[in-house]
Amino acid sequence: MQPVTTIHSRTIVLATRDIDTDQIIPARYLTSTERQGFGKALFHDLRYDKNGDVIADFPLNKPEAAGCEVLVAGNNFGCGSSREHAPWAMLDYGIRAVISTEIADIFRNNALKNGLIPIVVDTDTHAWLLEHPGVEVDIDVRAAKLTITGDREVHFQIDAFARFCLVEGIDQLGFLQKQLEAIQIFEEKRSWKP
Amino acid sequence: MKMRGLTLFEKVWNDHIVAGETPATPAVLYVDLHLIHEVTTPQAFALLHERGLPVRRPDLTLATMDHSTPTTPVFSFKDLAVVGESAARQIAQMEKNCKDFGIELLGFESEARGIVHVIGPELGATQPGKTIVCGDSHTSTHGAFGALAFGIGTTEVGHVLATQCLLQRKPRTLSIEVTGQLAEGVCAKDLILAIIGQIGVDGGTGHVLEFRGPAISSMGMEARMTICNMSIEAGARAGMVAPDDTTFEYLHDRPRSPKGSEWDRAVARWRELVSDPEARFDRSVSIDAQSLEPMVTFGTNPGMVVGVNSPVPADDVADPSFRKALEYMRVEPGKPLSANQVDVVFVGSCTNSRLSDLQQAADVLKGHKVAAGVRMLVVPGSVQVKKAAESIGLDRIFIEAGAEWREPGCSMCLGMNGDIVGNGQLCVSTSNRNFEGRQGIGARTILASPMTAAASAVRGRVADPRTIE
Repeated sequence: MQPVTTIHSRTIVLATRDIDTDQIIPARYLTSTERQGFGKALFHDLRYDKNGDVIADFPLNKPEAAGCEVLVAGNNFGCGSSREHAPWAMLDYGIRAVISTEIADIFRNNALKNGLIPIVVDTDTHAWLLEHPGVEVDIDVRAAKLTITGDREVHFQIDAFARFCLVEGIDQLGFLQKQLEAIQIFEEKRSWKP
Repeated sequence: MKMRGLTLFEKVWNDHIVAGETPATPAVLYVDLHLIHEVTTPQAFALLHERGLPVRRPDLTLATMDHSTPTTPVFSFKDLAVVGESAARQIAQMEKNCKDFGIELLGFESEARGIVHVIGPELGATQPGKTIVCGDSHTSTHGAFGALAFGIGTTEVGHVLATQCLLQRKPRTLSIEVTGQLAEGVCAKDLILAIIGQIGVDGGTGHVLEFRGPAISSMGMEARMTICNMSIEAGARAGMVAPDDTTFEYLHDRPRSPKGSEWDRAVARWRELVSDPEARFDRSVSIDAQSLEPMVTFGTNPGMVVGVNSPVPADDVADPSFRKALEYMRVEPGKPLSANQVDVVFVGSCTNSRLSDLQQAADVLKGHKVAAGVRMLVVPGSVQVKKAAESIGLDRIFIEAGAEWREPGCSMCLGMNGDIVGNGQLCVSTSNRNFEGRQGIGARTILASPMTAAASAVRGRVADPRTIE
């Protein structure tokens, strides 16, 4: 995995609460056996109408959204299914961080394992970001710091281990594989066997 | 010094710690049962191939195919053209991966095939005190047996395949005490919808729920599975119920349950899996079962829920997300849901496709016809559920009423296999998610119990099952 240390971008805003993984990527696009190529299905049914035409006023379709890497979303982003295709689709599209007041557990875990940064901020910061789409933000993963328009600094929580893996570009499987001896001992010493 | 009491969750968690968590590193948690299906595994197997890694414990891994499989009869891979080339390829890939890595696959020829969360318990592979994971959020279902069971992503599927372990931070605990007993015509589905309505779709985030109290104790296992299944719809990591005699009776003599003296030892161990009286939960809520009526959703998440006879609420109309949901659903605040014509009724999914669910739907439907203009699809959760239902004539009740009786699978719950609700159509569904587009592009979903779904099929409108004679 490539290290993720800093992100500098303008924001796209999707203010709706509870954006679920079925909206992020509808289930009918999950039949691929690859990791790449899901970007074109990202928010598919919000980006395109039933004839397949672009819905012009959807935030991702606006000209100013081009090149934006940071999504600001309503509370409880990523709720619903465990599909890792959701962060895969966001990354494939070009989104590298998502900011909300709450991010669903499984989505957050999946995001961190792929280099998509989930950022939970306080309600005041969130409300301001929702009202100001397109602002410039800087994300410093090592310092767990979000800087808005160059001057407003907000610290966010990020699991220390996940952060270490992100900034070093290490995947977590390597760490688990180093535990194989301990795993074997655990299996042998258990009082019951599954 | 007196030891602090432990919750059920803490007992199971502690029993599976290979290496404890530190501020710098998460816990290494051992997995006793890894369930896999065709949709969330191909990329994980690809990673093993890339790195030349074996599956560490194929004996603790169980595979089936359920999400993109057709519910019209399938006898071989040749029949899969119906679901599309890409789904057919994914299913073929699953067979190949299981063969390559030595994993048992309950495939098309298997009498044990079905929805992954139906067959685990049915086989007796789901047991109290186990850690169970699957690349599927409704893995929480298995918590009904006092297992710690939760959904994981595909990267984590790869971790479990390679090491039989996961890296996890310890979740918090939330006790949900259900007092009183459910009234006639009101069931587990109504209760869990009411709970989600009360705590919200993010009310359980970061927590493992434990469902307790008299209404839970007197429930059968299938009802408990319905409750735990939808824990994820409250955002929870998992849901659990302490195992008791009901649990042991269900598991006794299942194909993969312990046998003979092993059974006795297992039950003795399982009896310890209750929250100690002095155990502390991080949070607690309670809900009264007695006063509940059948519940239905009116919006686009499972927390937007009302009693079947209540009007669509108007209290949140100032909130744009609320208004957006109502616009999508084409329902109006202050008006009853029964004002809307129903197009489709779906009885099925890992929430409500077990024998008791089908029995409840059939009891309402018996002697009635599905209303003109309504399509009703009944999809049993497994081959075994289908056979059991047919042996007591439930299939005939459904078919005579005008419903379609299908082969097992996830089907119209998520519309991956071609079973979809048409654009703009209204579906009363016993599944678990009423998200926009979940059952098909533009599909409008009302979540309900099997009884309410059947009553709505008869009336052609959302209906209270207690009003059907």
